[in-house]
Amino acid sequence: MENIVIIGNGVAGVTAARHIRKNSNKRIIIISSETDHFFSRTALMYVYMGHMKFEHIKPYEDWFWEKNRIELLRGYVSHVDHKKKELLIEDARVIKYDKLILATGSKPNKFGWPGQDLHGVQGLYSKQDLDLLEINAPNNRICKRAVIVGGGLIGIELAEMLRSRAIPVTFLVRESSFWNAVLPDGESEMINEHILEHHIDLRLNTNLNEILADENGRVKAVITDKGETIACQMVGLTPGVSPNVSFLNDSGIELGRGIKVNRFLETNIKDIYAIGDCAEQQEPIGNRRPIEAVWYTGRMMGETVAQTICGNRTEYKPGHWFNSAKFLDIEYQTYGWVFSAIGKNESEKHFHWRHTSEKICLTIAFHKETRKFLGINTFGIRMRHEIFDQWLSEERSVDHVIKYLKDANFDPEFYSKYENEIAEKFNADFGTDIKPEKKNWKRIFINT
Amino acid sequence: MSTIDKSMSLSGQPPATLNGSQKIAVLLGFTGLFIMLLAGFNTSFPNKALWLGISLTAIFVGVYWFAKEAYSRKLKGIKNDGVWFKSISSKGLWGWLTGIGLTGFYIVLYFFPEYLGLVKNGPNTGIIALFDPLSKFLSGNPASQWFVYGTLYTVAILAFGVKFIWKYRHNRYEIIRTISVMFFQTAFAFIIPEIMARLNGNIPYYDLKNIWPLNYYNFEKYRINAFIESGDIGLAMLIFGVLSIFVISPILTYIYGKRWYCSWVCGCGGLAETAGDAFRQLSDKSLSAWKVERWVVHSVVVFVTLMTTAVIYSYLGNDTSKYWLTKNTFLIGVALLLTTVFVIVMVFKREQFQKDARYGAIGYFVIIMALIGFHYWSGDSNIFLFKSETLRKSYGFLIGSIFSGVIGTGFYPIFGNRVWCRFGCPMAAILGFQQRLFSKFRITTNGGQCISCGNCSTYCEMGIDVRAYAQKGENIVRSSCVGCGICSAVCPRGVLKLENGPLKGRIDSNEVLLGNDVDLMTLVNQK
Repeated sequence: MENIVIIGNGVAGVTAARHIRKNSNKRIIIISSETDHFFSRTALMYVYMGHMKFEHIKPYEDWFWEKNRIELLRGYVSHVDHKKKELLIEDARVIKYDKLILATGSKPNKFGWPGQDLHGVQGLYSKQDLDLLEINAPNNRICKRAVIVGGGLIGIELAEMLRSRAIPVTFLVRESSFWNAVLPDGESEMINEHILEHHIDLRLNTNLNEILADENGRVKAVITDKGETIACQMVGLTPGVSPNVSFLNDSGIELGRGIKVNRFLETNIKDIYAIGDCAEQQEPIGNRRPIEAVWYTGRMMGETVAQTICGNRTEYKPGHWFNSAKFLDIEYQTYGWVFSAIGKNESEKHFHWRHTSEKICLTIAFHKETRKFLGINTFGIRMRHEIFDQWLSEERSVDHVIKYLKDANFDPEFYSKYENEIAEKFNADFGTDIKPEKKNWKRIFINT
Repeated sequence: MSTIDKSMSLSGQPPATLNGSQKIAVLLGFTGLFIMLLAGFNTSFPNKALWLGISLTAIFVGVYWFAKEAYSRKLKGIKNDGVWFKSISSKGLWGWLTGIGLTGFYIVLYFFPEYLGLVKNGPNTGIIALFDPLSKFLSGNPASQWFVYGTLYTVAILAFGVKFIWKYRHNRYEIIRTISVMFFQTAFAFIIPEIMARLNGNIPYYDLKNIWPLNYYNFEKYRINAFIESGDIGLAMLIFGVLSIFVISPILTYIYGKRWYCSWVCGCGGLAETAGDAFRQLSDKSLSAWKVERWVVHSVVVFVTLMTTAVIYSYLGNDTSKYWLTKNTFLIGVALLLTTVFVIVMVFKREQFQKDARYGAIGYFVIIMALIGFHYWSGDSNIFLFKSETLRKSYGFLIGSIFSGVIGTGFYPIFGNRVWCRFGCPMAAILGFQQRLFSKFRITTNGGQCISCGNCSTYCEMGIDVRAYAQKGENIVRSSCVGCGICSAVCPRGVLKLENGPLKGRIDSNEVLLGNDVDLMTLVNQK
């Protein structure tokens, strides 16, 4: 019986294990140094906020693993010897493998700031980071103010978490507007407003210079590049993540920023594969970045590599790009590509609509000449994934999207609908005369 | 692994949650309860109507004010911060104390109403006497323990309904649904039956939205006689009662799912959704709990069917010339109906049954038919081996009182707010059966957007592991789903939507995650 070893029990590794089990009888071992059981990393914030207990963010009950003959091993892999096909765990125990899947995920970035390793300074990625946060910022008596450095998705989540315990938060963002390297300006501006509504002290265009220690080696303040000193008891460093691959440095496996893989998720060494956050594509796939630290791509790679392992060598072919997030109270969904003012090229044109009073808006990107629909960002409106996937595949025009937008609405029943207003604004902006069609179940379900 | 388990210190908790106004609101609400407690100790209030008014108003305003202070200063959105840190909502000391208090109240209410002030053949005393003025105003009769209970029940649904609306004010589905349960409780369960009693003394108390088998007593002899004796109105109500089982509820359930009843109309559901909302996360989501649920709730359906058949059978005659419905025609009718349902389901929907469900259905069907057949041919007077009166009494005690009242509501803070609806309610089971097999309703999963976070499963009051379906891209079509809409509300990624759509593609047990290569999904779904 072939021995499949997976390093990492995140969504990529676990998805791979599940699908290998579905298709085969191979022995499967998952090794993790983080936790005994798989949990949803994206849900860690809700544990700190008291929405859920840790047990609730485990997608499978604990009996699941034994029942499906997936062996779980807690330990840190310190060395991979591909010649002997062996792993060394904590420099002591040896595990043999026939095929090895690396799904080691990411680690938080640190950019060499003075004081970045002081007590009270941390990132937010792992279960251990969550436990540490309970020590660094259990309440607003122990943590009278927290400073968060890095204006991305994890930064705003950490801000929301701390605010749920009424801890004052200063949020340092390098860019001129929140996440505007990714979001178009109108959207980024709306999120800025929402951050302020939540009484988060948002500092745009501000960098961290130095973190200061008290006499016990704990953080006591930060100094910004504006020369300001902000007293604080906790610093959250959230300037993104990078692949967790340093234990492979002398392994002979080809590394870039991540583990280099071809389209079949194979590394340069036979029988070793890499999936999820830690994998770096050698050839670009469409507009995608070579490393995608996203839940969904981890899951897709897990499904793909399982096919390959089970004898059905399969290329990693993610479909149309999609993603989602939640900024405090505002839900965000995206389908296809909508680039920010910084990232977009000449031919990409944007249509932006924003509600007059509510925090609801959307941006639709389309090609200037051909009017081909490229992508959509929505804030505060839910959209149907199937419909946009279909429209992207069929290369529909932006006019088609505006006309049939009601089919794509996924908001709960009785919610106010804005498609007519959106079409009106579109007509006014681009001199068209589009009349929105009524929602039609046949189009929604029968075509897909 | 939560904050509480790990830390021995008194810190590590969310900030103090009560502000000054909330403390006054608590004081006000408990003053209202205290007045009732005083009445319970037979304090003689000079003006009962006034003091009852003060008491009920204080309770309502206390809850309303507390909720307004809790939610109105925050931005609208999901408000579950600290739910698992608070003792009352995470089975801590306050949770247990509340559970014990409520359970005690139900035991007194059902089995020792004299402690509430009910006096046989004499004027009421205590708490019940405090409610006399209101009862006399509505129906002309003095209050009973059930009138007291009904009034408090209605006040609870109204006050906590307002709280619920504050909490979910960003969500119009929740707002409209809550206004609906508040309306049906106040009008149909509370006011209309009392007024009907005033207009026509013969009509039995009839909450028109209560459908058999939830009101398992509806077809007992005294009620049937009362309906028939009160002329056309009574007859119309009786016919409505039968139609609502066989015509109205199947049609509505086909179109909307069982939510039209369970979370929009039903009084039990109304209390669970409003006063019980703080406990929804306590329901057990494990696979083993689901197995127990299926066996227990369907056994209750069998029990109530046998019991009602026996009761109706017991008072029917044998003479066809007097009345067309005789003992024998009735029994044959029941057998035919059950056989029809069984055959239709087993022929057309067999593939949708799990193995144990199939065995259960066949087993129970054979038992019921054997009992009916045994009786029909042997002519034994004790249908189903027991006297109908014994069956009726044990059902009333075990299911009507203990399960729906004492456990169903008393244990809110321990097992969650829908224990009765999930494990005990035969009405929910029958509607659920229709919803699973013959309905347009489903919770649609939005492509591949699920991040397996678990909010949906955690906040499902019926203990459905919503995430298990959503993370595979499957729609959720479960008989127990009452359509409260909270899974969809708490989802941070907009993955879930309750909707009534075409039957085609409603249940798709394949993994249908989008975003991935289509050919790969075909491979993934290869069996």
